[in-house]
Amino acid sequence: MQALSDMWNHIRRSPYQSLAAVLTLFLTILLAGLFLLATVGSSLVLRFFESKPQITVFFTDKATVADSDTLKKTLEATGKVASTKYVSKDDALAIYREQNKNDPLLLEMVTADILPASLEVSATDPTYLHELEPVIQQAQGVEEVVFQKDVVDTLLRWTNAIRWIGGTLVILLALNSILIVMTVTGMKIALKKDEIEILKLIGASPWYIRAPFVLEGGFYGVAGSVVSWIIISALLLLLRPAVVGFLGMIPVISMIFGTLSSWTFVGFLVGLLFILSFVGFLLGASGSMVALRRYLKF
Amino acid sequence: MIRFDNVTKHFSGHTNALSDITVEISDGEFVFLIGPSGAGKTTLLRLLIRDTFPTRGTIKIDDLDIKTLDPKKLYILRRKVGTVFQDFKLLNDRTVYENAALGLEILGKKPTEIKPRVMDVLELVGLADKRDNFPLELSAGEMQRTGIARAIVGGPSILLADEPTGNLDPQTSWDILDILREIQKIGTTIIMATHNVSIVNELKKRTITLEQGKIISDEVKGKYHISAKLKGKKEHASSV
Repeated sequence: MQALSDMWNHIRRSPYQSLAAVLTLFLTILLAGLFLLATVGSSLVLRFFESKPQITVFFTDKATVADSDTLKKTLEATGKVASTKYVSKDDALAIYREQNKNDPLLLEMVTADILPASLEVSATDPTYLHELEPVIQQAQGVEEVVFQKDVVDTLLRWTNAIRWIGGTLVILLALNSILIVMTVTGMKIALKKDEIEILKLIGASPWYIRAPFVLEGGFYGVAGSVVSWIIISALLLLLRPAVVGFLGMIPVISMIFGTLSSWTFVGFLVGLLFILSFVGFLLGASGSMVALRRYLKF
Repeated sequence: MIRFDNVTKHFSGHTNALSDITVEISDGEFVFLIGPSGAGKTTLLRLLIRDTFPTRGTIKIDDLDIKTLDPKKLYILRRKVGTVFQDFKLLNDRTVYENAALGLEILGKKPTEIKPRVMDVLELVGLADKRDNFPLELSAGEMQRTGIARAIVGGPSILLADEPTGNLDPQTSWDILDILREIQKIGTTIIMATHNVSIVNELKKRTITLEQGKIISDEVKGKYHISAKLKGKKEHASSV
């Protein structure tokens, strides 16, 4: 309790230094939070596409079921195909309806006629995909062949880019935050030099003297995290319809963002607050610990 | 039991602040440390709380070797040895109560344990009615009594007092002495550095006289006396 009271006095007596530390940590945590969400989101999208069939063959409107059966048999005869699944126009409509069940306007405009039938193909080994391609292209009634590998590769490039850019930026900002907290704590240690000396002389343990400074650094981190969380939450609420629209087919995203009042959404936000606060506390407290090691010798 | 064994303290650029000091102080004793300014009284007290290191020799409190004590464990020694400073060393942003309570807070005591104990000690030093005052609102004597309250509240077995009456009028000085004698009665060892001739002469306690870093006398019922050498210097100065 005394450590908390001392911590609050430290903050109250040098509010501008404290504000500088909180703002720096806020910026770091905000970007870390945004990049964390972007990384997790892109990984989920990536995993979703990886779990999909490796090739999707779309047929022309004139193609018949017999055309797809012929192609299916031809592919199976190569011995390089693990599984195939025919998706009729009606099946495609059912899938479309399921994906857009929350948007009646989109449902009204679409009928089974305008959706193509398709054959989903998985190879026994991804290296066979390009050997299967000419077989598929030569088949009758084929309009378009989509390789999930291409989609996955593009997503992977994006995910890696987000990880690298975000990671580097967050590491630099984290270092900056630690240095700022270290400087602020160092100044406060210098200001309280006499008091620290008295505490040492009357028998205060090293931890008794250090605790208020460590808590102060942690407080800066948590304060910065809470502000970041409010902004991230507001952004998520604002972008929720777009997120559901683009990524609603991914079950986890649909589950979290599908309904605003759902416990999963509230739970997600609370969980995010805890994660950000924990990271913020660690960053702030680390800055203080470095300053204490540097400026407060026992 | 406090034991100094051939302790020498040398500050760079100076002669020895203390030279070959060997002395024993038993538990519960009241000892005056006297001598002119620069004789080494404060250095000797500072060595006891390892505010400075001995250049040579060993200092032990019971089985605790002060010289070899791990710096991170220094607080254990300083909890055992309470100190009253001549310049009080109070925290000006804390009240009398909070300053005194600090002696227990550092021990990790709960507020429910702290309050009655601090109030008892403030009663003892006569500051119960000033508990909510800040140090800058107090007289020098009251500040010194707050320092004493902080030093004794944790129940140290040894109390060092470095010229605790140095800035005080005679009546307040005697008040402080009464408090210290009360504390000694409960078994605390008291070592008090002082220049106060009347207190030393009247109380007739063990008196260790230091001069130029050396013990020149150690008397069981001592008196304040100045060595012949120093007396000669004083006489010479007054004749000039």
